[in-house]
Amino acid sequence: MATNWFDRNLKWIYTLPAVLFVLLMMVFPIVYTVRISFFEWSMSATTPPKWVGLANYIALLKDARFWHAVNATFYFTVLALVLETVLGVAIAMLLYREFRGKNIVKTLFLLPMVATPVAMGLVWLLIYEPSIGVANMMLKSLGFKPLLWLASQSQVIPSLVIVDVWEWTPMIALIVMAGLSTLPSDPYEAADVDGATLWQKFTHITLPLLRPTIIVAVMLRLIDVLKTFDIIYSTTQGGPNLASETLNLYGYVLGFQYFKLGMASALLVLFFILVMGLTLALIFVRKRLEASM
Amino acid sequence: MKKNKRHLNLLYSLLTFVVILLFSFPFLWMLLASFKTQAQIMSTKQFFIFTPTGKNYTSVFQQYEFLRFIVNSFIVAVGSTVGSLILGLPAAYAIARYRLQGLGLVILVARIVPGITFLIPWFIIFSGLGLIDTYAALILSHMLVGLPFIIWVMISFFEGLPHEIEEAGLIDGCTRTQVFLRIIMPISGPGVITSSLLSFIFSWNNFMFSIILAGDKTKTLPIAVFNFLSYSEINWGALMAAACIITLPVLIIALLAQRYIVSGLAAGAVKG
Repeated sequence: MATNWFDRNLKWIYTLPAVLFVLLMMVFPIVYTVRISFFEWSMSATTPPKWVGLANYIALLKDARFWHAVNATFYFTVLALVLETVLGVAIAMLLYREFRGKNIVKTLFLLPMVATPVAMGLVWLLIYEPSIGVANMMLKSLGFKPLLWLASQSQVIPSLVIVDVWEWTPMIALIVMAGLSTLPSDPYEAADVDGATLWQKFTHITLPLLRPTIIVAVMLRLIDVLKTFDIIYSTTQGGPNLASETLNLYGYVLGFQYFKLGMASALLVLFFILVMGLTLALIFVRKRLEASM
Repeated sequence: MKKNKRHLNLLYSLLTFVVILLFSFPFLWMLLASFKTQAQIMSTKQFFIFTPTGKNYTSVFQQYEFLRFIVNSFIVAVGSTVGSLILGLPAAYAIARYRLQGLGLVILVARIVPGITFLIPWFIIFSGLGLIDTYAALILSHMLVGLPFIIWVMISFFEGLPHEIEEAGLIDGCTRTQVFLRIIMPISGPGVITSSLLSFIFSWNNFMFSIILAGDKTKTLPIAVFNFLSYSEINWGALMAAACIITLPVLIIALLAQRYIVSGLAAGAVKG
């Protein structure tokens, strides 16, 4: 009889530990963060948290550094997403054919994604080093002027985008390749009969059919690019002169260097809303597209 | 026409080669620099041809106690993976069998929420419980990354298993739990390997949670490597040796289990 009760309630008994864990580790902290965002508190034992209402949010919206971080986040995200998508699709098209060593190529392609981001951040720090780095060595050998890369306020974000593109374009390419393998062959046969060029086949058949796959890939990258932390923190820590300080980084600095827990929490609440909002918007777009197809 | 095609193929091969070279280059650069002296790194002439030195590696292990950090990273990565498997496998099975999509979605949210949103409350709570600088705090925080991944990979894996196997077990008089433990688990090897490897890699690479929650006793590799930067003048050779050491285990895993990793990343992606 005891086993019967167990069997009947199996779905709850099996899921309860995981759900409890997620609630305790995720939902509770989010609620806590929202609460703290209405207080002024610097984690000192002598001065308890003080209720300040929306003051943290108002202070944040008046804070130039916050808006700067919003800008940096969007600049980084849009540039990285566009480059990764275009290059990812192009590389997928390039690798989606039979050739010798295809498996080795695919394996090599996997490495940037799994390699430890902090270690890679340090490797790129050396690559970008203005006087001894290989990036400038190459520019010079090609007859270009050397750049400052991470050390320049205007070049730092594009330089970081290159790192992100290096690390994550392979993921978009792999997802798109998986999508390519599911495409039907008859539209191509019809196009061949009509004498379509390679480019026409790509723009009129492949791209439209791949659209759902590409949107999934872009969505996954969007979620992660917005949250980029390791690479930026390990290379520039937001510098030079805050030029690469994104929302994620500013939240970290406010919380763990300035110990302005209330203001940091307010920022994190806004950041959370931004990430969730953009993700939901993309899910909505994908649903609409699927419905229209 | 035929000649054209051969030209096109040659162009594709060339492009493929260039792409692979570009994507592998940082690894090559890291590996070469890890065997160079500071002077060799600074010199443009000794790029590929130089007399390698192992000094960087010996100094990493002798001066900076790297072995300790490697052990710490292993404890945390294995601990959080095992913990995620214990909680995640039954949950994924129940979600797949009873179509509890709602629960699946809740767990997916953990993938979307910026990790930094948890850090302040965790820090306060773990400080209150005296858990800062313990393996427990690190393992629990890393589990929040590993668990959703294990659940998502395993849901699609369990959904792919035929119902008949379970029904046969039930007819033979097994309870559902026996079916799960004796029939489902033994044939789930590939799924468990895929999800465990990814969970291990995420934990091994984790930086943000560990900078806040680890201390002197439990410092993991990424933190130790990063701290290298602040040791006065940058010792590039040692830094690259450290980068090689920390990256090597995940690269080996990726090379050996390439098939599993791709399918795992794809499963996580498709479900997204």
